[in-house]
Amino acid sequence: MTQLPASTKKKLGLVIDLDTCVGCHACVISCKEWNTTSYGAPLSDVDAYGADPVGTFLNRVHTFEAKQEGCSAQTVHFPKSCLHCEDAPCVTVCPTGASYKREEDGIVLVNEDHCIGCGLCAWACPYGARELDKVEGVMKKCTLCVDRIYNENIPEEDRIPSCVKTCPAGARHFGDFNDPNSNVSILSAARGGMDLMPEQGTKPVNKYLPPRPKADIVPELDVLGPLLAQNEKTGGFLGWLDRTLEKL
Amino acid sequence: MKDGKVKYIEGNKDHPVNKGVLCAKGSAGIMQHYAPSRLRNPMKRVGERGEGKFEDISWDEAFEIAAGWLKPIRETAPEKLAFFTGRDQSQSMTSWWAQAFGTPNYAAHGGFCSVNMAAGGIYTMGGAFWEFGTPDWDRTKLFMIFGVAEDHDSNPIKIGLGKLKARGAKVIGVNPVRSGYNAIADEWVGITPGTDGLFILAMVHELLRAGKVDLDYLIRYTNLPFLVNTDETSDESGLMIRDADGKEMVWDRVNGKAVPWDTKGVKPALHGPQSVDGVTCKPAFEIMADKYMTDEYTPEAVADRCGISADRIRKIAAELAQVAFEEEIILDIPWTDFKGEKHDKMIGRPVSFHAMRGISAHSNGFQTARALHMLQILLGSVEVPGGMRFKPPYPKPVEGHPKPHHTVTPGKPLNGPHLGYPRGPEDLCIDADGKAKRIDKAFTWENPLSAHGMMHMVISNAHAGDPYKIDTLFMYMANMSWNSSMNTGGVMDMLRDKDANGEYVIPHIIYSDAYSSEMVAFADLIFPDTTYLERHDCISMLDRPISEADAMADSIRWPVVEPDRDVRGFQTALIQLGVKLGLPGMVDENGAAIYEDYADYITNHQRRPGIGPLAGFRGADGKGKGRGDPNPTQIQAYIDNGGFWIDHIDPENAYFKPWNKGYQEWAVKRGIFDVEMPYVFTVYQEILQKFRNAADGKGALQPPDHLRAQLSATMDPLPIWYEPFEQTIINQDEYPIHALTQRPMAMYHSWGSQNAWLRQIHGTNPLFVSGELWEQHGFTDGDWAVVTSIHGEIQVPAVRMDALNGKTIWTWNAIGKRKGAWALSEDAPEVTKGFLLNHLIHELLPPKGDGLRWANSDPITGQAAWFDLRVKIKRIPKPDHIQTKPDFAAQNSPVGQGPKNVSYGKEWT
Repeated sequence: MTQLPASTKKKLGLVIDLDTCVGCHACVISCKEWNTTSYGAPLSDVDAYGADPVGTFLNRVHTFEAKQEGCSAQTVHFPKSCLHCEDAPCVTVCPTGASYKREEDGIVLVNEDHCIGCGLCAWACPYGARELDKVEGVMKKCTLCVDRIYNENIPEEDRIPSCVKTCPAGARHFGDFNDPNSNVSILSAARGGMDLMPEQGTKPVNKYLPPRPKADIVPELDVLGPLLAQNEKTGGFLGWLDRTLEKL
Repeated sequence: MKDGKVKYIEGNKDHPVNKGVLCAKGSAGIMQHYAPSRLRNPMKRVGERGEGKFEDISWDEAFEIAAGWLKPIRETAPEKLAFFTGRDQSQSMTSWWAQAFGTPNYAAHGGFCSVNMAAGGIYTMGGAFWEFGTPDWDRTKLFMIFGVAEDHDSNPIKIGLGKLKARGAKVIGVNPVRSGYNAIADEWVGITPGTDGLFILAMVHELLRAGKVDLDYLIRYTNLPFLVNTDETSDESGLMIRDADGKEMVWDRVNGKAVPWDTKGVKPALHGPQSVDGVTCKPAFEIMADKYMTDEYTPEAVADRCGISADRIRKIAAELAQVAFEEEIILDIPWTDFKGEKHDKMIGRPVSFHAMRGISAHSNGFQTARALHMLQILLGSVEVPGGMRFKPPYPKPVEGHPKPHHTVTPGKPLNGPHLGYPRGPEDLCIDADGKAKRIDKAFTWENPLSAHGMMHMVISNAHAGDPYKIDTLFMYMANMSWNSSMNTGGVMDMLRDKDANGEYVIPHIIYSDAYSSEMVAFADLIFPDTTYLERHDCISMLDRPISEADAMADSIRWPVVEPDRDVRGFQTALIQLGVKLGLPGMVDENGAAIYEDYADYITNHQRRPGIGPLAGFRGADGKGKGRGDPNPTQIQAYIDNGGFWIDHIDPENAYFKPWNKGYQEWAVKRGIFDVEMPYVFTVYQEILQKFRNAADGKGALQPPDHLRAQLSATMDPLPIWYEPFEQTIINQDEYPIHALTQRPMAMYHSWGSQNAWLRQIHGTNPLFVSGELWEQHGFTDGDWAVVTSIHGEIQVPAVRMDALNGKTIWTWNAIGKRKGAWALSEDAPEVTKGFLLNHLIHELLPPKGDGLRWANSDPITGQAAWFDLRVKIKRIPKPDHIQTKPDFAAQNSPVGQGPKNVSYGKEWT
């Protein structure tokens, strides 16, 4: 059993905007590229050119359909990575102390030197956000690019997680949820940021912005109707044409 | 870079297009660079075509073999070389080479891609979407996107959509499939494939009836006030009335007489029949209004065919009108138009559109693209704040483009550029008997305005020896024996077919590719290309530059590592082959090479004096912009500047570009063109009418009789909609379903499957079946489907999708692979579960019973009508042996198979 900190100074995490995510997988691959060459063991790909290629990813995009009465079915792209929960069951279940949550910023990490690859943490995580690397035998998970965000060797504006930096649509945002004036706190408040599976009691830090209501249903707006009625009373199309030309 | 190897690929924040973001393909570029499928050596075939058995040879031997085939034909019959490139990039260089060789048989892949969009745009407004133009992402308030390939131009569109979403602007997606961009559209219109034009024209009908069109804009910037000859007996019927100087006329409604259209202060009439020198005529505007205001185009008349309710059509038309006219934008930026009139502000109509293959890959795609542009123009939303904007070198009217050239002289260059924009029947590439001069039959009466050529017809025409036999087929980066051809199995047969003497019907095939693709197996001689990190490239103003609406910009690639294989960048190999052949422009009077390699060409080639492949850092001092002498340190200047060059347009010149005096002057200074060429949008396109007149028996150049009806019906000078051809021939009750493909954003054509990371995202491509069809045919989870068209049949895994037009099935494009290709194992999911829809599509339409075979193409541009496909579907249980059908024999892999596991980065962690 590993202890969680009672509280953390910062609460770093992501806001993921489901109204904007087009499901392009840029974040998935950018994450893999950065993390396979930097923090800890690489992210392997087993049977990479064969019948059943299975690699380790710290972030994946799932696509599903949502059906509701009275409107068209919707397609939702749902990126998912570690949510850096305040009550992270993956930490408390770890038998060696390899999984831990940092007191200074709330990031949940794995100390690979202490990880025995038992997989308990992945089993405990209700989100399926941890993956055991089959070649390296250690548990891999999102680090919020801890080796970027404090890295003084890269320009200051690039000290954000790789997935956030690359997202072409700007659907991913990084910041401190303990700061009410941070970009993530403001966005989350303005757009109704939601917890993923709150009933699990994990208190996830990451928030999801729900898709805005769709306008697939025919609404009341009718600009043309009144104009048509007016045109028909006043000489129809040619009447309109001549009146308008006179004004030019 | 680390330890002399490429470690990590990062976006360049300063880059004008990507602004530091990378798509999945960009970040996975590292796996492309190290792909085990990379070719390693020049090779010559030792087995039969299609087997993939090769012997490694040296570059000297490769050039020797190629020159042995090409030298004799250049001296006797240069047209016996057909040189087609799958890439539009570096097209200015490859076309220059083909022109020097002297063959008329050259084009890139636009004919089977999106020429309808490009040509529809050029012929209507001197520019189109994508590389020609862009929505004004920072100002638009309502954005409507029709079917696009989501792997193309994808970062700019995603960045743009992100901007709209951040400020809550509305996005309407029109696409039978709700994937990608349509998934986040605020409103999704799940249109029935092939009916986009009908939907657009119904909105035009509504806007005209309500008087919601921008008359001031139409009078100033379009040819709709121009007088059109209405005398049906005249040889000039349907053409513009011109004065003695050849200038189009309008009716001055104040003074009651016809005057040249650009007369200062003229107030042109928009309706009312007139007579000029005894010729009856009326303004094009009136012809247009009469056409679209008929009951044919009411929302009720089109609703069922489009799969969109009449109320919905009216509502969207109303929204367009609301935003365009009630929410106009005013920028307090004065500007001066080409007539010298000063404007104290810029008025913008913040409605913008984008479209690509979804509307263009149909046999009615050219006219549909024109219809969409007409809608934009009627709303006054092209080249205005908040609307759609051109990117230099566009805007450029038809008159600014070359005409097609086809005159062959043995041993000499062709008489001009191959591709262009015909102005009338006199510009067709046919001989006195009407026979095609080009192997692809581009620019013939069958498809007069085939501005990008018709690469998809080359192999079948060459195999048939129609219009003539060729000797050597030379292709670059085009997977024509697989996902880039219709009728894939048939094309493979044509490539390996032998004549009575046991010789291949297409005698020689040279192919250049960086990877072990399906097409490699069918070549006799392979020029192995490099990966993109090992080569020079230029994204040139002469091709498709990286310009934005506010700036002209171009860019380069340069080798960050030397290849560890015996490979050469294709353009370098092409120059070296040109030297070997002694082609003009590539060797001096002593036969010595003028350019050592592609980098040398990029730096020193001049297309016109002072104009070269790169526009930036020209001249001895490196300060030349657009124009200037070659600069020996130009490439280094690009590298020092982050790989690109950009020159911003002043704000007062950045909108209204076709008519903006300041923009026109700037464009000449920068070498975009040599004289100012302001123009008006040709909503009424009389070039089309010229072909119609010919079909009516007018003029000296006459089409063959069997094409008269088709020309009359389709070459309408105003946008029209007609039923996609395939469904007019087949029994629609038997084949009731539409079938099409979409492009996944994380892949690019066939190249993604060899990428260890990307193939984990899209390793298979199930057939997505609409909920309606799923229920109707009693599918359950795990079932497979037999899909049959008039041409072929496939057996594939099926899944249900409800966010899909009810009459449609679809799958991802180009995921299916042939066994043995791309260094994948023979039981890779791309082989066992992946498949191509191509097997269901033929390059010819089914026989109509008239004894002729008609092309499965747009009759105006020749664009391949991929999305006209109609099918029927049958449920079958999942087979015991998982293998999609058709199932082809394996090709031998000249590069072996990839390693079992990959732990990329291990050496650095």
